[in-house]
This record gives sequence, C-alpha cells and structure tokens, in this order.
Amino acid sequence: MHYSEAGLTELEYQALVKELGREPNDTEMLIMGVMWSEHCSYKSTKKILSGFPTKGRYVLMGPGENAGIVDIGDGLGLAFKVESHNHPSAVAPYQGAATGVGGIIRDILALGARPIASMDGLFFGKPGSSKTRNLSTGIVKGIGGYGNAVGVPTVGGKTFYHESYNDNPLVNAFCIGLVNVDGIVSSKTAEPGQIAVLVGSKTGRDGIAGAAFASVELAEDTKASRPNIQIGDPFVEKLLIEACLELKEKGLIVSMQDMGAAGITSSSSEIAAKSGVGMIMHFDMVPLREEGMTPWEIALSESQERMLLVILPEKLEEVSAIVRKWDLDCAVIGEVVHGSEYIIMDGENTVAHLDASTIGEGCPDPGWKMKEPSDLHDRWDFELEDLPLSTDLGKDLIELLATPSLGDKSWIFEQYDHMVQINTSIGPGNQDVSVLRIKGTSKMAALSMEADPCKCYLDPYRGGAETVARSIRSLAVCGARPLGMTNCLNFPSPEVPEQYWVLDQVVRGMAECCRKLDCPVVSGNVSLYNETSSGRILPTPVVGIVGLIETEDHLLPSGKWEEGDHLFYVGAPNPVLSGSEYQRLRTGTVKGRPLDFNSSAEMDFLERALKTASAGLARSGRVIKGGGLCVALAKECIANGSGIRMKVNIPTRKDVFLFGEGGPRAIYAVPSNRVVLFRKMWEGFPFMMLAKVEGDSLHIEDTLDIPVEYLEKAWRNN
Amino acid sequence: MKTSVIIFPGSNCDRDVIHAVQEITGEPVAPVWHKEDTLCPDTDLVILPGGFSYGDYLRCGAMASTSPIMKAVRDHASSGRLLLGICNGFQVLTESRLLPGSLLSNKTLTFICKRCYIKVERTDTPFTSLYNEGQVVQFPIAHHEGLYFLPPGELRELEDNGQVVFRYCSPDGEVSPDFNPNGALNNIAGVKNRKGNILGLMPHPERASESVLGGTDGALMWRSIIKWLEKEGA
Amino acid sequence: MNSFHVKILVYLKEGVLDTQGKAVAKSLIDSGYSNLMNVRVGKYIQLWINAISSEDALKEAEKMCDDLLVNQLIEQYEIEIES
Repeated sequence: MHYSEAGLTELEYQALVKELGREPNDTEMLIMGVMWSEHCSYKSTKKILSGFPTKGRYVLMGPGENAGIVDIGDGLGLAFKVESHNHPSAVAPYQGAATGVGGIIRDILALGARPIASMDGLFFGKPGSSKTRNLSTGIVKGIGGYGNAVGVPTVGGKTFYHESYNDNPLVNAFCIGLVNVDGIVSSKTAEPGQIAVLVGSKTGRDGIAGAAFASVELAEDTKASRPNIQIGDPFVEKLLIEACLELKEKGLIVSMQDMGAAGITSSSSEIAAKSGVGMIMHFDMVPLREEGMTPWEIALSESQERMLLVILPEKLEEVSAIVRKWDLDCAVIGEVVHGSEYIIMDGENTVAHLDASTIGEGCPDPGWKMKEPSDLHDRWDFELEDLPLSTDLGKDLIELLATPSLGDKSWIFEQYDHMVQINTSIGPGNQDVSVLRIKGTSKMAALSMEADPCKCYLDPYRGGAETVARSIRSLAVCGARPLGMTNCLNFPSPEVPEQYWVLDQVVRGMAECCRKLDCPVVSGNVSLYNETSSGRILPTPVVGIVGLIETEDHLLPSGKWEEGDHLFYVGAPNPVLSGSEYQRLRTGTVKGRPLDFNSSAEMDFLERALKTASAGLARSGRVIKGGGLCVALAKECIANGSGIRMKVNIPTRKDVFLFGEGGPRAIYAVPSNRVVLFRKMWEGFPFMMLAKVEGDSLHIEDTLDIPVEYLEKAWRNN
Repeated sequence: MKTSVIIFPGSNCDRDVIHAVQEITGEPVAPVWHKEDTLCPDTDLVILPGGFSYGDYLRCGAMASTSPIMKAVRDHASSGRLLLGICNGFQVLTESRLLPGSLLSNKTLTFICKRCYIKVERTDTPFTSLYNEGQVVQFPIAHHEGLYFLPPGELRELEDNGQVVFRYCSPDGEVSPDFNPNGALNNIAGVKNRKGNILGLMPHPERASESVLGGTDGALMWRSIIKWLEKEGA
Repeated sequence: MNSFHVKILVYLKEGVLDTQGKAVAKSLIDSGYSNLMNVRVGKYIQLWINAISSEDALKEAEKMCDDLLVNQLIEQYEIEIES
C-alpha cells in the first residue's frame, strides 16, 4: 500500500519510518493515517492553540484530558467541553447531529462526571432554501432524538444563519457534567498489571476512517464517497452512563476513556501515552457485530456507545456483574505493561507494533504558511455615509426581529427536553444564558454559548476577542462569575495561507480576552476543512463559558421588569454598525471594522455587573449583543409583555446608537427605590437613563412606536 | 409513607421523582430495579417514572410492561394501594392494561417540551385531594407520544365514569383545541382507574415541585398523597 | 428442529388516528402526487423461530404478537410463515 492511500503525507511517512526504525506494515499505516489526521492529531493547530491561557484559580483540569473541570466549591467540580460534528451532519443530518451529542456526553462521562446539560451551536445556510430546511430540520431532530432519550437536558445554544454555511452546516455539541472533586477519573493513572476492558456496544464497521473523512473537504459527489455513517443508540448510551457511574461510585475504575474518533486505537493509545505505560491489545477478544472484520477495521471502527476502562484484574468479576446488569457487553481486550509500546495482537499474530506516544504526539507539524489576506483592508473600507440613515427605523426593527438568526427559536428548543434532571432554572428561550441549580448546594451554574462569525471575517483578532467578551458579558449581567471556557474553532482549510493567518489571529484575539478577563481555556476542539468547491465558511470560533452564581438571590434574570421601573443603559454610547446584524439586513453584507477590544472597559463592566446582580440593584437585566440596543429593548418588551417610553438625546446617528454592536453594554430595569444605589454602582462608567417602564409599546420619541404585540408577532413569525 | 420508584432500562426521571418526593414529603423513597420480584416492604405508593424505557422501541412502554417487577406492581395495585404513572410511566400503565387507553404520537409528529395549563377535574382521588375542583395548574410536558386515544364507545364510558382527572386547558380553564398541545382526545392529560387508586398522567408534577424550577403546583400532589395515606391509617 | 421465517405486518386499526400516515400523505400530495387518496403507515416485523413444525412456529409467533408485538387496542396484524 502506498502511504497516500492511508492518508499520510510524505513528510508524515518519513517521520513514521524514522520513529519506527523500519517501514510500517499496511495495518500500521492505516492506523497512523487516521491517528495523524487533522481531526485526531490537531497537527495544524497545536502550536496556535498553545497561545491560550489554561491556568486559573478555579481550574482543576485543563486541556489534555477528555474535558476540562472547574472547581465550584462544596467539593464539586463542573466538567465541560464542546466538540464539532460538522462533516457527518452535512451528509446525514439526523445521525451526524445525534452521534455528535452522544460523543461529547461520553467525553464528560469519561471523567466520572454525570452529564447534566447540553447546548448546541448550529450554523445553517441561507434561510428558506430547501437544503437549509432539510439540514436544519434533520439536525434539530437528531439532537432532540438523542438528547431526550439519553436523559440529558438540552438547555441552550446558539443558532446562526449565513450563506457561507450552505453546504457546510456546523454542529458544535457542548456538554457539562457534575463530579465530586475526589472522584474524578483521569486517563493518566493506568499502571502495569492492570487490564483494559471494553464496555458497551459491539464493534462494527461504523464510520471507518471517519476521522480522516472529517479532515477532507467534502467532494462534489458526497454520495459516492460516503463512508459508513455512525448510527447512534441513545438507549444504550443511557445504560452506559448508568453502568459507568455505578462502577465509579464503587471505586472500580482506574482510568477511563471514551471511544470516539478512531475508536479503540485512539482511546487505548491515549491512556498509554498519558499514563506513561505500554499497552498490548488483543483484537480477537473484541465483541464484533460484523463478520470478517480485519484488525485495522477493528482498530479504527467508530461504533458508538463504547467506553474503554482500565481496571485492576482482581476486580473483573465485580465489574462484569455490574456491566451485565445493564445488559451491556464487557470484554477484556488489553493489558497494561511496562514501557511505552503499543502492540496489537490478533490471536497469536502481532499485527501492529508502535510507540504509544508516537501515535498521539509524534505527528510532525505540516508547516502551513501564513499570509494576511490581501483584501483585508478593503473589508474595512466603510464610512457611515456609505449607508444612508433609514427612513423607517421601526420597520427595520420589525424586519430584524424576524430574521432567523435573531428570531424566536422555540421551534427548535420545544423539541428538546430541557427540564429532565430537574436542575433547569432558566432554560432556552428569550434570554442569553441558561442557569442550572446544583442540588445539595445553594449554588447555580450559568452557561453561555456565543459566536460572531461576521466580525471574525472583518477583523479576525477583534472578532475573536469580541466572541469571548460577548459570552462573558452575558454571564456577568446575570450575576455569574466566569470560571473557564471551552471553544470549538470551525475554519476552512489551513493549507491556504490567508485562511491559516485568519485562524491564528482569531485565536490571538480570543486568548487576549481570556487572559485579561481571567477566563482560562480548559478544553476545546478544532474542525478544519469546512469548505467545498462552492465556498468556505466564515471563520467561526464558538465559545462555551461556565460561570458560578453563589446563591439564587444573586441571580439577575431577564424579562422581569415592572411598571414604573427606571430603564438604564450602561456602556459607551458609540458602538459601530460594522459587522452588525443591522448592516447585514440593510446591505446584504458586512463591511468596516468592529470595535477594538477594550480590556479595561470590559474588566470594569464585569465587576460592576456582578455587583449589580449580587446586591440586587436591578429587577431585570439584559446584555446588548446581536441587533444592538433596539433588539435588546424589543426582546425585553416581548419577555415582559409591556413597553417603555423612551426620550433621550441620542448622541450618535440614530441607527448607530440603536443598532450598533460591540463593547460591554447592557440594559437594566431598576426599581425606583434602588435607583440611587444603582447610579452609585455605575458612577465612573458611561451610563444613562433611557426610559420608564410603562405602556404597551416600544416607544422611542421621534423615532418609532411599535406595540409590543407587533414586536412579538414579528419575532415569533420567522 | 413509603414509596417505591421502579427503574426500567432507559428510565430518566426516576432520580427526579425520588428527589421531588423526598424534598416535599421528607418520607423515604427507594429505587427498585425492574428485574426484582418484590417491591420494598410496606410500600404505600409505587411510581412508574418518565423517560425512554427500552428506548421507546416497538411501542412506548410496551417492553417495560412485561418486566419481572410488573407482577408485584399489579399485585400492589389490585390490593388497592396507590400506583402512579408519569409520562413514560403512564404509557407503561396503558400497555399493561392497568389503565384504559393508549398514547399515540403527538399530532405535530414532534417531541414537545413546554409548560402547559392543566385543569384538575377530580379532587376526590388520593393524588389530588388538596387541589380545588377545576383548579388550573401549570405542569411541564415533555413527550413525543402523548395523544391519549380510546375508541369512541370506550371514550364515552371513560368520561361517563368520571375517570378523567386532568385536562389540557387555557390559563382560564377553558378546554379547547387551541390549548391542546398534542391532539389528545377530549384534551385528556391524565386518567384514573374506576377504583381511583391508579393514576396516569403525561405532564410531570416532579418538574413543578420547587420554585427554583419555575413553579410549585406539583408539590400539592405529593402532599395530597401523604394526607390521604394518613387519613386511611396506612 | 427447523428454522421458520415468520413475517408479520402490524398496522393501526380502522378508526385509530394515523398522524404519521396523514403527514406522509400531505408530503406526497405537496410534491405533486395529486391522485393520492390516503396513506396508512405500519410496521413489518420478521421473526426466525426454531420449531418442529410450521404450525408450532406459527402458534409461537401468534403468542408473541399477543404478549408484546401487537397492541390489540389500537393495532391488528397479518401473519405469514415461510419454511
């Protein structure tokens, strides 16, 4: 077999030969072809990702394990991660999305954590096209079909539409789990003499070489090149969750790894490499679903709902009994040994003989070049005069509310069980965060998921920073201190120097914001090659940030104002239209430069917002983001079912103030008896009183007057 | 009061129900695995919880209804003791013929998760004695197969016998198709057997038992049960 | 002992709401099949049973239908055996 048939480049092949000290056999080449694919090895992004800050005072486990874990006190930790499943969802929307949900749940389970919630970042193409409709319907059904059955509530997410995703929908699945700090299962603790046990479903030919598939641009005729799609079974996953947690409770697990991309091989070699040991795998012991599977098929199969456990040999009987109680397969398929070798045996024959760390770490840097896009400065070419002031801002608002990206998403989340496990205090709907109570404590976890691809396209560095900042602002307004972040970087091919430069810049911007706002990256995922011959996606970093609210009293919700409350605007009154949803609506595209990241303003806002919430200085709060102030006001009116009368001297051109985006800004409804304290809290930070809460329309003097029921109709009718 | 909560492979809401009942009543609640032959000793109340037993494969609740533990559950019910089926649990009860009817796919052919207004029609049951007759409460629903069905003759009989305990309604208590989320015949959300010791409902009272979750109308159900048991000298 | 292949068609009884059938019909009609009058959607279940005779296998299969495979309240079935 030629190395290129296995998916290896010449550079990689040479490196492999050098490591082995000989030529690899066919099985070894096929295995390394997958293990050194982009999806498995992160070869194109390892260096770039090292720019993220990963340490912080709440971080218990950072990148490098199955997921990250943050400390929330009371002996508890929250494990979380986001992962993409883009290419499979493009080809088989239901199963692609379903198995994406299943896969990330197992990553959380692998730490010994009980998965308690999911979120999804969904990026669809042109709204209204039948292709978008088919993809989005299938993907949403798949997320619901799997998540509901497995008993993990889907509590929020981010949904965004843009033509660039027409043939490349994105599905980023986020999961969070709760774990006792002293019960965390690591993948670094395997020791010689222990045995590796496969728990869960039988192994078939599902998704063979799917990991490599994810690293290749989708060919024109995907039907012809479609590999075996992974099929998910949420019922078995539910049994797997209960079995593994029961084993963990009884202290029977030394180390655990989920079988995702490249299944058995990646999970077992990872444990070996991280624990600094060797592994001998016995493929003739693997329970199979199909006849005549070859060793490399067994090695790379992506059959779902399987976990690899490392246990003490004397505990095998006890482990088997529990696993069989849950009607799952339990088979000893490997042994942990001294050294660092990774050996695959099929009966008496040695089929592959590699070094454990070579498999996971040895992939050479492909050395892609970076080059600033030549049209970058052209993208910034935008003056306000280029966009004449609209004659009907009210009509613009109605149209903006009805766009699929900003409009009501209940058609999506009413298909998700967002309440199972009875922890959901604030679920999906007309708010910016999801909030879960933590049973047995007074604490609550707040979750935010964000993306801003248009701004990343215009200015990668600023867009990256804004993406992270936007998520942190949402958490701050509801009273949650950010503890840590996970992220999924969805980008086109890194082999194009301009695109690789953009990726690097986006990460730099994100990292700067993480550093300044003390929000380390604890886990993440990268999905590259999101492009076809007809186009490539916008640079789309997706972030998931987890924050902590000390007690329910400190939670500041949205949609809770009352008549007579004073509505305040906090934040600098000079946002920009560049890269905004409004600009997209009015011009069909985005141009100009988003605001620069202002770290001191962000830090200041964060602290004041947290204190505003914990001191109970406002009744309702909402961050300003997509669609700007006007959309935030409209959404708040809709949530409350009542309006405001606003009369202010608008300091900039009207549409800039009402629809501009960027920078830390929020609206707060403050009861009259707290106004003095509120003003004191925000003294020194730009703010102004906008309106009184009264009436049943959104009334902005000399600008627009729309009854709240019309706003709601537009928002719900998208 | 002693409660046994049955766990089938794929049940999801067992832990939720255990938590809610314990929080509200402070009484012992124990999980019982579906392969057991007996319930916990002196069980007063058996709950079949929500979820996706057997993945909802074949028909919802069909395979669970043939589980070994169901014999003990039937004996418990035929002795007049209390049996409550929530959502998937209701489906198990209809498949077991412990309650009349069948739950078909929602008319929208989608899963629906949202809070609904429910009218309490019978307050003379052990499960609803603390509600007011005609009271409108809010319970969440979360199901794909909640369309309650009976052939016309049997449906008439069910209504004539006053076996309908809960109906979907408007916030003002109006029972109309506009406020029927899944197409259930006659807006039926929950029914009891003739004797009144078995209740099945599609909405989830355990999800509406604590204010942090958005409502406490469900808490009255657990309190009703305890009050009834005290009166009966259980 | 022989292996018998039993084929069972399970479908909703007349008078039972077939929401799936309705949705499928609408979809087809919307796609242009204006001559389509009605759709009902059912299940096809196959069993492979070891038995001494086909009568025994059929009896087994019918019992399985009564015990689990068919909900007699809302479904009916047709059964066919192949030796």
